[in-house]
Amino acid sequence: MDTLVSKYANAASAASFDTADNLGENLAGWDAANEFALPAFDIPMVSNPVDFLRAHTDASAENRIRIQHGTTTLSFKFQGGIIVAVDSRASGGSYIASQTVKKVIEINPYLLGTMAGGAADCQYWERELGRRCRLYELRNKERISVAAASKILSNMVYDYKGMGLSMGTMITGWDKTGPQLFYVDSDGTRMRGERFSVGSGSTFAYGVLDTGYDYNLSVPDAIELGRRAIYHATHRDAYSGGSINVFHVKESGWEFIGNYDVGQLHWDYQAQPKGPIS
Amino acid sequence: MFSTYPGQVVVDHPISVPIEHRFDPYVDNGGTLLSIAGEDFCVVAADTRQSEGYSINSRYVPKSVKLSDKTVISMGGCYADCLTLTKRIQQSMEWYQHAHGKTMSTAAVAQMLSIMLYQKRFFPFYSWCILGGLDEEGKGAVYTYDPVGSYERETCRCAGSASALIQPFLDNQINFKNQETQKHTQSLEKVLRITKDSFTSATERDIYTGDYLEIFVITSKGVEVQKMDLKKD
Repeated sequence: MDTLVSKYANAASAASFDTADNLGENLAGWDAANEFALPAFDIPMVSNPVDFLRAHTDASAENRIRIQHGTTTLSFKFQGGIIVAVDSRASGGSYIASQTVKKVIEINPYLLGTMAGGAADCQYWERELGRRCRLYELRNKERISVAAASKILSNMVYDYKGMGLSMGTMITGWDKTGPQLFYVDSDGTRMRGERFSVGSGSTFAYGVLDTGYDYNLSVPDAIELGRRAIYHATHRDAYSGGSINVFHVKESGWEFIGNYDVGQLHWDYQAQPKGPIS
Repeated sequence: MFSTYPGQVVVDHPISVPIEHRFDPYVDNGGTLLSIAGEDFCVVAADTRQSEGYSINSRYVPKSVKLSDKTVISMGGCYADCLTLTKRIQQSMEWYQHAHGKTMSTAAVAQMLSIMLYQKRFFPFYSWCILGGLDEEGKGAVYTYDPVGSYERETCRCAGSASALIQPFLDNQINFKNQETQKHTQSLEKVLRITKDSFTSATERDIYTGDYLEIFVITSKGVEVQKMDLKKD
């Protein structure tokens, strides 16, 4: 990491050879505060840009700009770490835009983010979060805590509150303090918790999750609970479906458990014996 | 302020605030685009009709542009937005070439396009983008986008006015959805047949699709363009 730090330190001094007619940014004038500045976005030149955006992305708009939506995601803490399970459907209105969306965003080997709400909003801001976490690592020579990472994300999107961003995410990972789970959304909410489900199918997932949850669950049982909760959500929520992706967050970082097609899973579950809920 | 002539009555307007009418900068110019990735090739195809409502503006306006020997972009939606976006991509690729002395890889263009679209999150480009090409290993790659930049790598995708007609057919023929057949990658000949059948069929049922079909075939040898007639009614 020291070599990386010195590489970046040199970059600033080497750039002092830049001439004044450099069209890009002069790196000699590099400033850390600016590095953390938010990116600039194009805004339409109308008196109310928020109304403009709403008018053109609304379901009633004539030439509608359909932004991909809809989801069930969940994650919970247990004795073996954290399980993250998500579906993979994206819909634009009533059209199924994709059945193969990656709704778990791998921020770095120790941090995961989930995607609910606007697909682009989650992808873009969690990528930006990844960049900032990497910069934190280079500057401080240690990994960022999940609490700090989730707060960076919530502060970034809070700057755009009321402008139409739509993001409901769970940031999970393992840091010095152990497994951590936070819920962050585009309204500015940020909560620590041990069990969350987000998205249009979350109510269905919660029903299964709360029924089967126990902190002392074994790893295979916890994986099965996560998968089953998402399966039931895809069955009852039209905006959820496709396949299920499951991740397990451990002390050594996250691990991808598998991808399970809901079509096949339905018959697998049908074949299992049914009994009363104990 | 205003030039007046003798005897003209200058009315002092009581409202000093300018009246803003609904700002409606988007039109849907229709058209369909498609891309299929193979083992060592990629096919990008689009019809060339451009419409506005019930009238046809032109029978030949290409929707796809070759960006490099390995990458082709295809866009549908609002043609004005698509033109601007294509121009921006080409300029950024040129700057990249001058700065780094190499051509941008398909994966790099893909990530850049996502950011370009998101830069206009609050004033979106009305464009459906499909990026087709070869990845660093020479394998076929298709990247698909929503108008504000969420993107994903897939094996096949159809976008635009006839997307709901063609996509289920591709799911069945390329990804073997709801088929007992063992999944395998299709040959270039088969992919071209599927592409042509998709467009001739869509032309029969979608008023915004027709006239000509332009197919870009991307292989390690470069990009080859094929043209085919579609019905012109």
